[in-house]
Amino acid sequence: MAEQFHTLVVRVENKPGVLARVSGLFARRGFNIQSLAVAPTDNELFSRLTIVVDAESAPMEQIVKQLDKLINVVRIQELSPNDSVSRELILATVNLSEGTEDNIMREIESFDANVLSVGDKKIMVSLSGHPDVINEFETVLEKYGIVEVQRTGIVALATIAQ
Amino acid sequence: MKTNGGKALMKSLEAQGVEIVFGLPGGAILPAYDPLIDSSIRHVLVRHEQGAGHMAEGYAHATGLPGVAIVTSGPAATNMVTPLADAMLDSVPLVCITGQVASGAIGSDAFQECDTTGITMAVTKHNFLVAEASEIPQVIHDAFHIATTGRPGPVLVDIPKDLVDANNPVSHFDDYEPSGHDLPGYSPIQKPDHASVLEAAELIFQSDRPIIYSGGGILKARAAEQLRELAELLDIHVVTTLMNRGGFPDDHPLALGMPGMHGNYTAVTAIQESDLLITLGARFDDRVTGKVDEFAPNAKVIHADIDPAEFNKVRSANVSIQGDVGQTITELIKALKQLSETKDHPDRSAWKSQISGWKERFPLVYDDWQQGEGLKPQYVIEQLRDNTPDDTIVASGVGQHQMWASQFWKFNHPYTWINSGGLGTMGFAVPAAIGAKAGKPDRMVWAIDGDGCFQMTNQELVTARLENFPVKIAVLNNGYLGMVRQWQELFYDERYSEVHLQPDLPDYKKLAEAMGCVGIRVESPEEVKPAIDQANEINDRPVVIDFRTEASENVYPMVPAGKSNSDVIVHPSQGND
Repeated sequence: MAEQFHTLVVRVENKPGVLARVSGLFARRGFNIQSLAVAPTDNELFSRLTIVVDAESAPMEQIVKQLDKLINVVRIQELSPNDSVSRELILATVNLSEGTEDNIMREIESFDANVLSVGDKKIMVSLSGHPDVINEFETVLEKYGIVEVQRTGIVALATIAQ
Repeated sequence: MKTNGGKALMKSLEAQGVEIVFGLPGGAILPAYDPLIDSSIRHVLVRHEQGAGHMAEGYAHATGLPGVAIVTSGPAATNMVTPLADAMLDSVPLVCITGQVASGAIGSDAFQECDTTGITMAVTKHNFLVAEASEIPQVIHDAFHIATTGRPGPVLVDIPKDLVDANNPVSHFDDYEPSGHDLPGYSPIQKPDHASVLEAAELIFQSDRPIIYSGGGILKARAAEQLRELAELLDIHVVTTLMNRGGFPDDHPLALGMPGMHGNYTAVTAIQESDLLITLGARFDDRVTGKVDEFAPNAKVIHADIDPAEFNKVRSANVSIQGDVGQTITELIKALKQLSETKDHPDRSAWKSQISGWKERFPLVYDDWQQGEGLKPQYVIEQLRDNTPDDTIVASGVGQHQMWASQFWKFNHPYTWINSGGLGTMGFAVPAAIGAKAGKPDRMVWAIDGDGCFQMTNQELVTARLENFPVKIAVLNNGYLGMVRQWQELFYDERYSEVHLQPDLPDYKKLAEAMGCVGIRVESPEEVKPAIDQANEINDRPVVIDFRTEASENVYPMVPAGKSNSDVIVHPSQGND
């Protein structure tokens, strides 16, 4: 069975409204976005979007071709998990209590996550890594009670050909 | 040389060869209307902005040139949304200029402000919000390029008031001629891929029961001649979708007419029974396919289209060919001729005689008129067809009258049929006919309209009278929203819900006269031809004929929504087994 989530790296012209064009297209054609990350590129004329799409919501061929019809979309790369590297960042604030503090600190250490801020009853941590690792880390944190969490969505690049 | 945004806008439109624009001024576009006085461009002052949009569409349909509309901000821009959506679905090249509140007021909920580019994003091929006056020549240059190349479509340019105001220093800039386009994400492919063309030609040689399924792309690509050459070379029958009526002559022996929900039996069935659909500039619309899973179940598909997103969207293709459909057909003809040196086509005589059998057994028919009944709408259309020049341009609204017009008219020339296919915009006929007349002033232009449709946009007949566009309007007045009435009769147990309009209000004759047109009422069959003759003689003003038609008349054949094309219901007199 084909993977449900596909990663598209989309180069767009850095023009006002371009994100609305992309998200509007997904909304009106019933394509589902799992995550979306946007940032400028080394060339100020262009931005780069990393979109993780749900290929069960529509065939990938349709999603790519409809996206390509947007005048401001310059290039679309579909990244396969085998030929690309993807990363995500999570920030989370977790409950802290006397009984759990040691366990939490051990988990943080084992994931090599960073402690960003500590209070009497809460701790804020961050971790960047492969989305699967981030998922795993979030599951671990859930045991202690997450107060707030923010993930960036996936960014990805093709691996360098050898 | 110094110029300003308003002047530059007019100059840019002139540089695109624009001769006529349809519009209505208002606050935000006001400064742009001042340089219009000194421009060579003719402006047609409409009565409602939707009319301007549909006129521009009618003009584009009839001439192949981009239609241009110019209106103000806010409510004018929202009134333009329907024509933009219509042009989007029917791939009509349109450039629409809208005024916007001054740059500094954008986002402040200023008077007559709306987010025009936001609202129209989903109904345009592309839109622009001009940020600086100096962008205007380049943006107009780009807008026409995008509207007219690749798959044509509507492009909107939203211009803040200050940028076209000659008295405002921000509108001033050094004039320049735009050269080229800086559109790195836009490069439509025109030339078909040779290998795919060869593959398509091979498939044709293997097919026992091929059909050419031709759509609106044929007309957009000006490819009617090539289509005819292909059909004659192969001796294969051609169906013409609603958007390609006229793209292949109806009087040609290979013409099968319109397929789909109200297509004729032979066109519907020939597609259904075919083993190869040679699809040229068509997009497998649901009104053509019926239930997709059961559409042409044994057919392989060749799909040629300028827009690759149409491939495998509805029906998967065995061979898809991206490119201009005219060039594709020319290449295909070359490949077929080459292959025919070493190969023969299968014997297709059985298939051809099957098709002629269907044609003979299931022609388009309607019941004879009985004393006491309203006029048969089909009869009215036949009379119009037989008593007007062969190259008459016919515009229609949406509903029963549209289907009867498509069925019973004989379209023998391209660009003689103008209608709203994809969006199904009621009220399209009157303004579209006016736009067509503006583009083709020497041709006779008839609108075939319904009474429901006519009541949506008839105010533009005032425009037509004052601007001297002597169009002729045949209102098939059955006092109902006829197509809805038909569905309620057939699928809702004759429970008629809010479909009766009543044929006497308005008084169409007096309404026409009040708008400076000639109004004629026709109630009996013997009055039909004389009224048409009378209308044809009038060339100094529009004519409206109120044909009182029979309300119980239904459009047949019919494929009920969501049903397979194999379940087509023919006229009751032809038996449904």
